[in-house]
Amino acid sequence: MTFTSVPDASDGALPTEPRRPTMASRVSASFAMFRNGKSIAGLIIVGFFVVLAVFADWIAPYDPLEKDFQALRQGPTAQHWLGTTHMGEDVFSQIVYGTRGVLIVGLVAGVLATLVAVIVGVTAGYVSGWKSESLSALTNVFLVIPGLPLIIIVASQYEDPSIVLISAVIAITGWAWGARVLRAQTMSLRHRDFVQAAKANGERLHRIIAVEMLPNLTAIIASSFVGTVTAAVLGLTTLAFIGVIPITNLNWGTILFWAQQNGAFPDYWWWYIPAGVCIALLGMALSLINFGIDEYVNPRLRSAGERARAMRKKGLSASSGVTAVRTAPADD
Amino acid sequence: MRFLLRRLAFYLFTAWAAITINFFLPRMLKGDPVTAYLQKNQGKVSPEAIDSLRTLFGLDSDASLWQQYLDYWGQLLSGDLGVSFSNGLAPVSQVITAAIPWTVGLVGLATIISFLLGTSAGAVIGWRRGSRADYAVPFATFFSTVPYFWMALVVIAIFSTTLGWLPASHAYDKGSVPGWSWDFAGEVIAHGTLPALTIIVSSLGGWILGMRNMMVTVLDDDYVTVAQAKGLRPRRVLTQYASRNAVLPQLQSFALSLGFIVGGTLVMEMVFSYPGLGKLLLDATNAKDYPLMQGLFLVITLAVLVANILADVAYAVLDPRTRQMES
Repeated sequence: MTFTSVPDASDGALPTEPRRPTMASRVSASFAMFRNGKSIAGLIIVGFFVVLAVFADWIAPYDPLEKDFQALRQGPTAQHWLGTTHMGEDVFSQIVYGTRGVLIVGLVAGVLATLVAVIVGVTAGYVSGWKSESLSALTNVFLVIPGLPLIIIVASQYEDPSIVLISAVIAITGWAWGARVLRAQTMSLRHRDFVQAAKANGERLHRIIAVEMLPNLTAIIASSFVGTVTAAVLGLTTLAFIGVIPITNLNWGTILFWAQQNGAFPDYWWWYIPAGVCIALLGMALSLINFGIDEYVNPRLRSAGERARAMRKKGLSASSGVTAVRTAPADD
Repeated sequence: MRFLLRRLAFYLFTAWAAITINFFLPRMLKGDPVTAYLQKNQGKVSPEAIDSLRTLFGLDSDASLWQQYLDYWGQLLSGDLGVSFSNGLAPVSQVITAAIPWTVGLVGLATIISFLLGTSAGAVIGWRRGSRADYAVPFATFFSTVPYFWMALVVIAIFSTTLGWLPASHAYDKGSVPGWSWDFAGEVIAHGTLPALTIIVSSLGGWILGMRNMMVTVLDDDYVTVAQAKGLRPRRVLTQYASRNAVLPQLQSFALSLGFIVGGTLVMEMVFSYPGLGKLLLDATNAKDYPLMQGLFLVITLAVLVANILADVAYAVLDPRTRQMES
């Protein structure tokens, strides 16, 4: 995406503006949607998992499949922080290495699904008539068809499905939501003045879409990317847990699969609790990022709590609205 | 009426798409497990069953694709989904019919309870925005991303193994025969409580968040201020003015997330060994029972479509604008 090198609509409208925005200010402006407490908290958690995945070789004390026959099914100790499996494998090391599998599939599936969503959604929003309607119908069909059974059936037809194949199948079932939201937003952008002006200037279609529209869609694209990553992480761990994915692909779901197969429930809690908590933590972090983006897009969400708190300080109740009577004397 | 007709046309289209996907899936994938199975079990499978499997899996390659497609439709319309390898060659339709009531009863009931509870809680939390009720939001977020199957395992560990309150698996006690008696109903409720609890806890968070965000947006609208300025009681403004409008997008997201919920509950059924569609699908996957898998995908998709239609009817009842369109 090259929109950083191109002036946005307001620059074009005000040619006399002496101070052109610098590269740095543009970059920081495009990250504005992440600049709030919720997004930052989410990004920190996601960053933590990324560090785990990248530096797994240094962080993990053991190899994930290294067997320690002196310590079978042991609870957490100084040597094994999260205990061991029935084969004496270190659960903590498995979690650390498993982060890789989860993040790679999440990222690949997220990128693929977002690409499809942007292509289908923006096109459906920009064209009109039967083309738009048929693309919209296609999107809705994929929204309604339950994804997981389809993924299970396709993945189970292969003896040894590769990571790319799994990511692609997850992406195929997961792009529709983003496309739907993007279509709605593109349709509303299509009639704005700056797009009409670009059209009147005779700009070509791909330039209008890439230069005028995409920068105004970044927040929604980001949110649909984060949403598909969340769905991909859940989908992957579910597939691994039911044993459709070969166990050579280590991820958090595989750990739960082994735990289930080898009778870890319910006594060996250290074997199955951490993996589930990690899935939920990563999912929560991604949702938090999305809430931050939602609040950036819809300012009412952001200010609602603050305004209500401010009113309460003055002795008013937000819920009873304008009919409230001040009981405390105003001190200002 | 026009709204419902439009939606109906869309669902017919989706049903057609799902059935067509089901037709092309085995033809696009490499390998031919069905032929392998038939060769291994020569003589055990009746000639009629072989014929229907050939049509379903595209083994009669001498016929044109179009002819195969027509045959496939004819077979579906007569209710013939082939025979299940892992169930002693019983007809797939029969195997699936036995499992449907358990899934529809459990998942349907639990999802509706969760939707009602979550929407009401979300409405109240949105109404009291900025108060201590906001602390519920992070918890709701956390629980909305917990995988269903993991929640099921934890629920079993707590309520079944540790506390011993409720049975952890199957839909009724071993040895009892399904029938319409109070004893049996009690068993079904006891066995269904933990799976239902799992569904409710895992999906509640999403409903709370969605409804809360809609409420916060709707409460800023002028008509809510006017309703309050008129001196209506807050309860009336909450239920008749704000919630009624905020619940509409909630209903739409209910319809759209059904596919997701169904996916989650399928795996949860496996954890609880609950004899529904999900356990059937996973057993079929492990046994490489392709005819059963195909049939299940079709039935699950059609079930989700029916649930979507019901959600649309509810939408039309709640939103007078959809009814006005005919004038």
